[in-house]
Amino acid sequence: MAKRIDVSGLSAYYGATKAIEDISMTVEPRSVTAFIGPSGCGKSTFLRTLNRMHEVIPGARVEGKVLLDDENLYASNVDPVAVRRTVGMVFQRPNPFPTMSIYDNVAAGLKLAGIRKKSVLDGVVENSLKGANLWKEVSGRLNKPGAGLSGGQQQRLCIARAIAVEPQVLLMDEPCSALDPISTLAIEDLIGELKERFTIVIVTHNMQQAARVSDRTAFFNLAGVGQPGKLVELDDTQRIFSNPSVQATEDYISGRFG
Amino acid sequence: MTSSTPDSSGGRTTTTPTGSLQGNSRRGDRLFFVASAGSGILLLVIMAAIAGFLLYRSGIALSKDQTNFFTTFEWDPDNILKPSFGIAVLTFGTIVSGCIAMVLAVPLAIAIALFISHYAPRKIAQPFAYLVDLLAAVPSIVYGLWGALFLVPHLAGLTSWMNTYLGWTYIFRTTHQGAPARNLFTTGILLAIMILPIITAVSREVFRQVPRSHEEAALALGATRWEMIRTAVLPFGRPGVISASMLGLGRALGETMAVAIVLSSSNVLSLHLLDAGGGTFAQNIALKYSEAGPAGKDALMASGLVLFVITLLVNGGARLIIARRKEYSGANA
Amino acid sequence: MTTATSVTDHVPLPQLHRRLTTARLPRWAPAATAVLAIALGCAIGAGAGLQSHLQWGLIAALLFVVISYGSSAKVEGRRQARDQLATSLVWVAFILAVVPLVSLIFYTIQQGAAVVNGDFLSHSMRGVYSSGPGGGIYHALLGTIQQVGLATLMAAPIGLLTAVYLVEYGRGRLAKVVTFFVDVMTGVPSIVAGLFILSLWILALGFQYSGFAGSLALAILMIPVVVRSTEEMLKLVPNELREASYALGVPKWKTILRIVIPTAIGGIATGVMLAVARITGETAPVLMLVFVSDSINSNPFQGPQMDLPIYIWQQYAQVNNSFGYARAWGAALVLIAFVMGLNLIARGIARWRSPKSGH
Repeated sequence: MAKRIDVSGLSAYYGATKAIEDISMTVEPRSVTAFIGPSGCGKSTFLRTLNRMHEVIPGARVEGKVLLDDENLYASNVDPVAVRRTVGMVFQRPNPFPTMSIYDNVAAGLKLAGIRKKSVLDGVVENSLKGANLWKEVSGRLNKPGAGLSGGQQQRLCIARAIAVEPQVLLMDEPCSALDPISTLAIEDLIGELKERFTIVIVTHNMQQAARVSDRTAFFNLAGVGQPGKLVELDDTQRIFSNPSVQATEDYISGRFG
Repeated sequence: MTSSTPDSSGGRTTTTPTGSLQGNSRRGDRLFFVASAGSGILLLVIMAAIAGFLLYRSGIALSKDQTNFFTTFEWDPDNILKPSFGIAVLTFGTIVSGCIAMVLAVPLAIAIALFISHYAPRKIAQPFAYLVDLLAAVPSIVYGLWGALFLVPHLAGLTSWMNTYLGWTYIFRTTHQGAPARNLFTTGILLAIMILPIITAVSREVFRQVPRSHEEAALALGATRWEMIRTAVLPFGRPGVISASMLGLGRALGETMAVAIVLSSSNVLSLHLLDAGGGTFAQNIALKYSEAGPAGKDALMASGLVLFVITLLVNGGARLIIARRKEYSGANA
Repeated sequence: MTTATSVTDHVPLPQLHRRLTTARLPRWAPAATAVLAIALGCAIGAGAGLQSHLQWGLIAALLFVVISYGSSAKVEGRRQARDQLATSLVWVAFILAVVPLVSLIFYTIQQGAAVVNGDFLSHSMRGVYSSGPGGGIYHALLGTIQQVGLATLMAAPIGLLTAVYLVEYGRGRLAKVVTFFVDVMTGVPSIVAGLFILSLWILALGFQYSGFAGSLALAILMIPVVVRSTEEMLKLVPNELREASYALGVPKWKTILRIVIPTAIGGIATGVMLAVARITGETAPVLMLVFVSDSINSNPFQGPQMDLPIYIWQQYAQVNNSFGYARAWGAALVLIAFVMGLNLIARGIARWRSPKSGH
């Protein structure tokens, strides 16, 4: 299931503004890779280029290559819709579809793919909710609106919705920034379990979180306001937090700047 | 809404130390409250008066009516020997032309609203949205003039074509070929064109308010643009679109002058929609009031009351639909 | 953990695993389809001898939708084809809407411009032989301005105060009832408003037909619109502003007059202007109440008057010949220009006093 991501020479633009410049890195399958860096350094933008969500913003475009097990996502004959089916995403704020029940939220992706058989849907919904550690809390009220859950539950519902379509990679854009500490802990535990099945990339503002959940960590930085963000270094999380090879990383981690 | 504002009698909020000042502000507050609450009450009085006068006049009219008010075709209230009038033709014409207008306008308006909010390149969307807003302000008499002098001749071809190929449906068969298309179908088309801008304008605003995060959630699941619209945009916008449509329907039902100009009025109730003739409540009132005697005027009031009740039901229905969907409205998301 | 179970009894669903690369139609496909559809539509239309170009267009639109769906379904698959179908339907709807709406504007300008000139604007129909050329709309223009002005003078303060009541004082049952009836009032058909004034003002109270009677009916139509838009604007005023004012010891009525209303005045003015634009075009109630006049009557309180919508109606329905039609188009052009002008002013005010600009 899980796939390797190879990025080479990737730059992303919003209209005429360059948001990130010349990024190259490799993300290992079945591992958690965390992106850290100051606000505006382009880590979220970079994350969105990995499933071609960047280009849904009017005027946004991308240069460079993203290889998913040797297949370039930006090749001319690649369908961005198919890419997003393969590379799932969880957003900063929990965003269950407000007009749908819990069940329909999880089944949404499957229904889009044309799967209508009740028995199949039931199985996948249960498995996905179990996979997101939410089954016990909601199994009795699957037909209630998803918007009625607590923030942490909503976010796990969104994770269940994302994994229901069996992606190979799961992108998470600051998934805990809108949650309380207990919900955050639940999500972090969940990430540890999910990496058995998926390649996970997570953007986070919280360095402790990166240290807790990730195997490898990438540090992004920007030279100044209005400058594009760049990848400073990518290494094992332990090394990044104990003995980074670049001074800027150490400054950021030790809180000397930003 | 206001939160920690003083209660309706005013004055209790901020007790200023000087007595005279306090008295002043109390008086000012009371005066202002009375003026604003009085306006609200005046509004209620007007509504009560409208209902009261229409009811009273209708009562007089109905007591004189020698036939069944709801099933009679003809309109002859000033006949001294046998005053008889009924709203069968008017009800049929009003509802049918309103339905044709809705069937044509609502899907089209949703599509155009989506075009502006999600499909069009930004360079087209902005001026086009502006154009739609301006068209919503074009007076109905101008639509009527255009309908009679431009639309009716241009629909002649379509009408005869529909008669030839769709005549088997019965409703699209014409009994007198070649007559100008001053029929309920043309009226419906004209009404559709008239209410298109207002439904589009409201729907567009609703579609624009769909949170970006919902749209991105759908896209990230691998939805195509249309699937994203179906899963995220349309469900969110549904209550708004329904109330916009009802607003449009209300206008179509009460529309007077455009119908008066385009539809040739007659006491015929015919399912052949392409045959000239028929009538609507508003058109009937506008055409008949000037030559109506006292009894005739009362009869028109009675038909006006029915129109009023119908529009009330339409608006109330829209409100109910919206209230029922509140649980899923997304306002709490 | 639960994950273990879900992994073991996991059955992969083949529908979910698609290749990233799919066959796609070239970028020029929609344009080519459009050209093809238009060509075919014209060919079929001409071949079948259809006179109305409307039908040619409808056939071309239908062909466009069908061809683009078919080609997409064949090359790109069902889901893409549905997406393509939605896109082409939306574009067709756009074009279908543009045709009548632009035609309306274009036709009115074309017909009206031939008539409108200085004479047309400055003369009435008094003594003009209606089956012939000549005459003007001065009396109707004057009537429109007076009637709409009087209606605004009545409706704007009532509407504004009602909105203030609903937003600043409105709690309890009365406010709920008023809110409900504002909604009901919004739905009152204009002809019913006219009937009401007819039965109250003219039949029951015995006044004569006059411009003022018309403005009474127009005011009824205008009040709910003003209430609604003013209400929205007052709700947008942040509560912090009110609280800051109370904290300074300013009484409530002064807070409303000095702080709340001035903050929202741009939006309120916009709403009033749009309401004015809306009632300016109302014909039906006025037709019943101000009667018809061919000469100038500058006193809206006495005697029959004229206004632009009725003028159009009269020239179309009663004169009913090519000269009447021409005058009707001329009046229609002036009326549209008047209403659009009000709309533009409203937008100008909205932009000028928009909260974003900060002041």
